[in-house]
Amino acid sequence: MTYIAKPKFHHPGLKKNELGYTHRDYEGKISTLCAGCGHDSITASIIEACYELSIEPHRVAKISGIGCSSKTPDYFLGNSHGFNSVHGRMPSVLTGANLANRDLIYLGVSGDGDSASIGFGQFAHSIRRGVNMTYIVENNGVYGLTKGQFSATADRGSKSKKGVTNTDNAIDLVAIALQLGATFVARSFSGDKGQLVPLIAAAIGHKGASFIDVISPCIAFNNHAGSTKSFDYVREHNDAVNRLDVLVGRDPIAVDYAPGTVQVVEQHDGSKIALRKIDADYDPHDRLGAQTFLARHAAKGQIVTGLLYVDPDAEDLHEHLNTVETPLNTLEADTLCPGSAVLDKINASLR
Amino acid sequence: MKPTDIAAPDYFHKVVDCQWACPAHTPVPEYIRLIAQGRYSDAYMINWQSNVFPGILGRTCDRPCEPACRRGRVEENPVAICRLKRVAADFKDDIRQRLPRPSPKNGKRVALVGGGPASLTVARDLAPLGYHCTVFDADPEAGGMMRSQIPKFRLPNSVIDEETGYILGLGVDFKGGHRIESMKSLLAEKYDAIFVGSGAPRGRELDIPGRKEAAANIHIGIEWLANVSFGHVDKIGKRVIVLGGGNTAMDCCRTARRLGGETVKVVVRSGFEEMKASPWEKEDALHEDIPILNYMMPVAFKHVAGKLIGVTFQKVKAEYDAKGRRNLVPSGEPDETIVCDDVLVAVGQENAFPWIEQDCGIEFDKWHMPKVDPKTFASTNPKVFFGGDAAFGPKNIIWAVAHGHDAALSIHKMLSGEDITERPLPEVQISSQKMGIHEWSYDNDISNDKRFKVPHRDKVIALKDIRAEVELGYDVKLALGEAERCLNCDVQTVFSTSLCIECDACADICPMDCITFTDNGEESDLRQRLKAPSPHRDQDLYVSSDLKTGRVMVKDEDVCLHCGLCAERCPTGAWDMQKYFIDMTHAGSTCPTKSRSAA
Repeated sequence: MTYIAKPKFHHPGLKKNELGYTHRDYEGKISTLCAGCGHDSITASIIEACYELSIEPHRVAKISGIGCSSKTPDYFLGNSHGFNSVHGRMPSVLTGANLANRDLIYLGVSGDGDSASIGFGQFAHSIRRGVNMTYIVENNGVYGLTKGQFSATADRGSKSKKGVTNTDNAIDLVAIALQLGATFVARSFSGDKGQLVPLIAAAIGHKGASFIDVISPCIAFNNHAGSTKSFDYVREHNDAVNRLDVLVGRDPIAVDYAPGTVQVVEQHDGSKIALRKIDADYDPHDRLGAQTFLARHAAKGQIVTGLLYVDPDAEDLHEHLNTVETPLNTLEADTLCPGSAVLDKINASLR
Repeated sequence: MKPTDIAAPDYFHKVVDCQWACPAHTPVPEYIRLIAQGRYSDAYMINWQSNVFPGILGRTCDRPCEPACRRGRVEENPVAICRLKRVAADFKDDIRQRLPRPSPKNGKRVALVGGGPASLTVARDLAPLGYHCTVFDADPEAGGMMRSQIPKFRLPNSVIDEETGYILGLGVDFKGGHRIESMKSLLAEKYDAIFVGSGAPRGRELDIPGRKEAAANIHIGIEWLANVSFGHVDKIGKRVIVLGGGNTAMDCCRTARRLGGETVKVVVRSGFEEMKASPWEKEDALHEDIPILNYMMPVAFKHVAGKLIGVTFQKVKAEYDAKGRRNLVPSGEPDETIVCDDVLVAVGQENAFPWIEQDCGIEFDKWHMPKVDPKTFASTNPKVFFGGDAAFGPKNIIWAVAHGHDAALSIHKMLSGEDITERPLPEVQISSQKMGIHEWSYDNDISNDKRFKVPHRDKVIALKDIRAEVELGYDVKLALGEAERCLNCDVQTVFSTSLCIECDACADICPMDCITFTDNGEESDLRQRLKAPSPHRDQDLYVSSDLKTGRVMVKDEDVCLHCGLCAERCPTGAWDMQKYFIDMTHAGSTCPTKSRSAA
């Protein structure tokens, strides 16, 4: 790890966003992860996405569990709210926070161990409830902190650094998220910021459960021949169905792609996503089609990336529960607890 | 773009902006690191080898290095390189043991005309090789304009004595009080080579009405300064006008303040900003309560009964023609007369070679300057070389030193029977600075300190004593703070394409957004696609060969802090921090510290 603090100086010509911040203003502390860790690139992508969206840092809550991935919220958005929870319990803490204050932007950061093993149930329930959040799994297929055992997302047949072959079946979190009703599902690769940054930006703009599985090579324990989560393997087997640009604000869309190749998706918050199709037959509004497409390509050993499914008219947990527009944590006591007369009325109505 | 050839000595040399900008190519970051380590003598010797007069230049240099300093592109002010040089001189131990020994004479005789920085540099380079060097100067002591024109409150005699003494101590023959009156008779003395370093000794005249009539109180700046220097002049009138906007004018006005001038004014034709004087010299003058009045053209000296009473000025303004050239035209305001007792004219210097006869084989151009080869410094007489102000007109001490080195190399090659137009490449060393996993042999933690001010002597005391040095120099603590501001630009970021796995770690960590992985293209196109704007075209792009994905690594050298974080965050060692030390070619092996390169 690096012992010095990242110098405060920045490029004198750095652009500023609408709030007058440079992307450096969205940084956190210097990373203590291994040099070259894919997670650091995801950190950089989150910084870039928040900068581009001109998000006010104090409007973000970043919540994580345990693991290399769950350390990363310390490295971005140094002026945001944060909660480093118990192993696998990020989704519950995030759900609770979201219920208490629906006005914040929720960023759940987790890893393959945190979400596919100890927190598998938590992951599943937060998705099926439609919590309004951006759930990012930094997926390296390995337990890096305990020196390289296979995790639950390691592909069957892939080899560990020591040469042992994995005999267990892999959990594909994207497939599960689709099955559980996530309304924004994407997969990307830490080594491809061009794809990842707009995906994160679009996910933040999405109202509902957004899930992004980011394959993130573990330099120390999972970047060798025989691994299916190495830089080389992912680059060779990456099958992107689309690439996208997120368009914020009222600027007219001026994208000069061939007609029929661009699909514009308008999001709930007014932002627009311009999807550039790579696979002409792929329809990101077809949940069932996405599931079979994924299964078919996974069988061929291909890693499907891009925006796989989006429902622009999704509802979230608050709508399901019919909660008030005002965040619960700002309601006055007399509103939260209207008194015995109201209780009597309710009781009477149930008799 | 083609992959950058980092084996070409100039590529990394250019990255060390200060060293590249220095005419003598002093290895600046190297000596600043030594100062930070308290190794003042080592720092001094690095300077001594390349610029010969560290103590003098540390007080008087025109500092071409500082506007070039990368720190100035990152924050407001560059590193105080010049004053750190003085620190090395101030705090060093006795370094005489480290100087070259006078060597047995090789039988070749070289005459040097003028005892200033150019000639002394030639002598410093040639004497240790066995040449018999004879320096002639009209003044009794060595130093030339450094001694005669720079006021003592900026440069004490003790410093000049010490540093000229090191050179004369190499067995150089100094003939003081001996003005060379005829090139022809000098040639007749059959020297093997002659070097002319006689400077630009004539102050330019200001021929306007009243000049002759009021001559008693109108003085030519450099002559007056020399007279003050040698004690022939010790007072001036209470009201003084200094005409001219160069560094000589600044020296004149500040000297006048110390010799009884109570109301001293500098009047310049141009605007304040365009004045030739260095900004810090203007600042020092203003600090001593000397106003600088601009856009005023002197048109007449006013006099009554042979006595100067004032100067009349026409008000002018700047107008720019289609080509952007500035013209000063009358502004239409009424003329102004400023009363005064004395005027100092410091409107420029000129070369003068009345002592070089026309049939010496030395050709002159239409501006009456000798035809001198800008690389070899040879004149049209193969035995006669020129350098310093005598070669290309008035410049600064550091240029004279650079000329001296090159001329000495030419003389050495000529007298060794070699072709003087063949200039050997400099010697270059480059070595990794890695000491541990994230440990470097240099301090890569970037200091956020602003430039430290050099302490000055109290103004009341300074103005009373013309020999009291105004600047007191950094103390050890301030010097350390200032040294820490240096970005170590000589510790280069070296990239190995074959090791890179394109994980983006370097691009992510770089605090200055210098690094981009992208598709290759023409330079103008590539510069548009970098992570951060690339406004300085003179700063190179470091481009790798093709990486596995077909992209290239492009690094804009412009504002790299050399913090080494790219190398720290690189998992494969594709980035390394390597110290680049360039040793300019001098005549022979003139210095025993040649191979000494501090770690």
